[in-house]
Amino acid sequence: MELIQGLLVQGVQMLLVLVLAPGLVGLVRKVKARLTRRRGASLLQPYRDILRLMRKEVVLAENASWLFRVAPYAIFAATWVAAALVPSFATGLQFSWTADLIAIVALLGSARFFLALAGMDVGTAFGGIGASREVMIGAFAEPAMLLTVFTLALVAGSTQLSVVAAFMASPEVGLRVSLGLALVALVIVAIAENARIPVDNPATHLELTMVHEAMVLEYSGRHLAMIEIAAALKLLLYVALVGCVFLPWGMAAPGSGLAAHLVGLAAFLAKLAGGAVLLAVFETAIAKMRVFRVPDFLGAALMLGLLGTLLLFVSRSL
Amino acid sequence: MTALEAGLLLAAGLLALGPAGALVAQRTGGAAIVSGASAALATAFVAVGLWALLAAGPPVRTVLPLGLPWIGAHFRLDALSGFFLVVLGLGGAAASLYGIGYMRHAAAPGRVLPFYGPFLGAMALVLLADDAFTFLVSWESMSLLSWALVVSDHRDAEARRASYVYLLMAGLGTMALLFAFGLLAGAEGGYGFEAIAAAERGPEVTAAILFLMLLGAGSKAGVVPLHVWLPLAHPAAPSHVSALMSGVMTKVALYAFIRVVFDLLGPVAWWASPVVIILGAATAVMGILFAIVDGDAKRILAYSTIENVGVILVALGLALAFRANGMTALAALALTAALFHVLNHMLFKSLLFMAAGAVLSATGRRALDALGGLIHRMPVTAVLTLVGVTAIAALPPLNGFASEWLLFQGILQSPGLPQPALQLLLPATGGLLALSAALAAVCFVRFYGVAFLGRPRSDVAAGAVEADRWSLAAMAVLAALCVLAGILPGAAVDLIAPAVGQAAGGRVPPQLGNPWLTLVPVAEVQSSYSGFLVLVFTTASAMTAAWLVHRLASRRLRRGPAWDCGFPLADPATQYGAGSFAQPIRRALGGTLLAARERVEMPPPGDLRPARHAASTEDLAWTWLYLPVAAGVGALAARLNGLQFLTIRRYLSLVFVSLILLLVGLAVWN
Repeated sequence: MELIQGLLVQGVQMLLVLVLAPGLVGLVRKVKARLTRRRGASLLQPYRDILRLMRKEVVLAENASWLFRVAPYAIFAATWVAAALVPSFATGLQFSWTADLIAIVALLGSARFFLALAGMDVGTAFGGIGASREVMIGAFAEPAMLLTVFTLALVAGSTQLSVVAAFMASPEVGLRVSLGLALVALVIVAIAENARIPVDNPATHLELTMVHEAMVLEYSGRHLAMIEIAAALKLLLYVALVGCVFLPWGMAAPGSGLAAHLVGLAAFLAKLAGGAVLLAVFETAIAKMRVFRVPDFLGAALMLGLLGTLLLFVSRSL
Repeated sequence: MTALEAGLLLAAGLLALGPAGALVAQRTGGAAIVSGASAALATAFVAVGLWALLAAGPPVRTVLPLGLPWIGAHFRLDALSGFFLVVLGLGGAAASLYGIGYMRHAAAPGRVLPFYGPFLGAMALVLLADDAFTFLVSWESMSLLSWALVVSDHRDAEARRASYVYLLMAGLGTMALLFAFGLLAGAEGGYGFEAIAAAERGPEVTAAILFLMLLGAGSKAGVVPLHVWLPLAHPAAPSHVSALMSGVMTKVALYAFIRVVFDLLGPVAWWASPVVIILGAATAVMGILFAIVDGDAKRILAYSTIENVGVILVALGLALAFRANGMTALAALALTAALFHVLNHMLFKSLLFMAAGAVLSATGRRALDALGGLIHRMPVTAVLTLVGVTAIAALPPLNGFASEWLLFQGILQSPGLPQPALQLLLPATGGLLALSAALAAVCFVRFYGVAFLGRPRSDVAAGAVEADRWSLAAMAVLAALCVLAGILPGAAVDLIAPAVGQAAGGRVPPQLGNPWLTLVPVAEVQSSYSGFLVLVFTTASAMTAAWLVHRLASRRLRRGPAWDCGFPLADPATQYGAGSFAQPIRRALGGTLLAARERVEMPPPGDLRPARHAASTEDLAWTWLYLPVAAGVGALAARLNGLQFLTIRRYLSLVFVSLILLLVGLAVWN
């Protein structure tokens, strides 16, 4: 019975993240539009875009190799598996022991690796510029992320997300300075990893400053659709991660009934909506920074992560 | 016949391949026979090593009447040497298999074949040696034979310079080892490893030996700042020898470190471990930074070897820290991570050096900026290389990630250490390791993206042909092992366990009984990782997604010119190249660490000269350490040169004065 419930929760989680991800992107765009006094496209527009792209013919550059055609599916799969392992509405995921937080971060690293390779494949200047900048951002974001993981592991005694979430929901945590620092570091990493302002502009085209969009410039049709879904899934993953670690309230414990799971679902939707609004407000309020300022921005996250860890050693109560 | 005798016979066989190689080098097919024979002998070494690991009995010892009369040469086979024999056998077999095809179009096989087999044999003898004399003789033979292989292309001035620097550094390393073994033997002078392990020594002597080992084994393994010879010498050798030097010889050096520091030295104080950890972290970050800014395919791989040695050294330092505090199980975890990474690095680095060799044979070029688009011309090599770069970039579900993940788990256990210095150092080290892993991904996106993807940047790249079947077979074996070690990390950890148990005195829990091949280093509630399930899940979801999209949405496809924002440029030089891809990292991190400078020459308006942009980096170890020493030696030599042109009267008085001085010295001494 427990196994069946675990499998069910896992299955629902996999479908849920897939279904909700474009909606999250739509919500961020809608709020951003309202903040700039525009009406904005419907919340469903990302779904329509993806369906339209799916049905369109793929126009492939003449010298594109098989890697260019396989990469979108590989990127989608790695991101989807990673997103399916971050507890969203319930902590009792059947396969949460498959990969701990370090492995989830590394799975996203695999997705980035193949995206950067695909950017290099056609042999254009834009693909290369995007790939080289994306891997630089990754090179600074990953250590910052690991130090955040370190802080969490020190507090919760585990890198297993289900265990961390259950611990964070328990009353023994209390308010800690280290967790606050880790939260700020994680948010900075999330902004950089998802190519949001001020690191990159998701709405840009034909600009020398673009990073993610430059890499996927040669993609069209169903390939582009897969990459768009993967990008949306990654955004959802980071919001779910912040939610499950820092706002673990409402998540259904393993073995609890249907009502608890419905509460968990409602809480997850509320967390997503809250995350989308905050992201939109932040993006509207801030200007994009120069590419070579990004290492400073992420360096701040790195220092905050390190500071959070060191504080834990200096004083166990902070 | 015991396994040890079998191993010694195999080593003797490899040594005998030297004269045989010299005899048949000029015949057609001679190279293939010698390479095939060394492949067979190396494969047999894998069996010997596995036997030593699986039997897990007490060490087997024997004395051969070789070397010094009345003393003989002592040999021993135990789990630790068994594990390294497996690494040596796998790497040697793959390199020899590759050599069958590669040596066919070698310019002068007579300069490679006589040294190749004995090089493998000497490395095996280092692993089997059981007294300091045998060990040092084998070590020095290994150095000299690999030197001969480096200088095999002696017409190339760069190879000559590389071999010269290598010879100097190898001499320095052996000298450090000589002193280390001298201190180990102590005043009584027992040179057998059994006597050394039984002897007692004070903490100062222990520390001195540890630092001498860091100098001696570290210079061979490429620890910063002793690394300067490695990126010169490893690439200069023929490609399968480069694979051996980077994949296996650096591991033999690490074996020497582990054997002495963990097995022979006895307890080491905790304060020695931060030195090892800091050196390792610096080596990892500096190695991969050098790799990112370099433009030569084989030199990039050599620099990346330095990075991986740094990662292993951090794991060894961590194991020392845990062991000094009596935390045996955690010391075993860190040492498992180190040994697992030793195996993994041998697999993917050999694979990548062979791929670089295949590209070199096909195009004649090592510079990334002369390559491009090889995925179309060399499809099989491209797939196998992709496995290698994914593994070395520490990405799941391949093997490089599995061992780095284990190391991170070890670092996450560091709060249990009582010393505040270590508690503060290790999180920062974890950050540096994550940085070097992420930079490795940068490095190998660049390596693969510039060489294999995009459009060809030269005519030779456009006309490249696929490598021969032997080379492809060797690379395929290594790629398959990379995947296997990635999805079955538990099997590898269990296999390593006897060697770890011998050196660290403990072991991680057995892994093969875990459901779904999961790796659980400490407890499942703390952390677990299943490379097998990650592979199954990602493959299944990718296949399902592709099938659904093609079935339900659209499968139409049309080829057209590249879009490139509407301005596709025909010249392949407009692609991103090796230098431009490195630019963001060079600017962000290279300013101080690599002394990176960019110079723009902009002619005044009206001047018809083109504007120029030049970027430069330098190795600060050369500038601040080696060049001053070299300048000092040169100045001293120039000064002493004057002594050659004196009159006989002055020579006589010189002799007289030095005689007096020596006598006075003797009188004071007594």
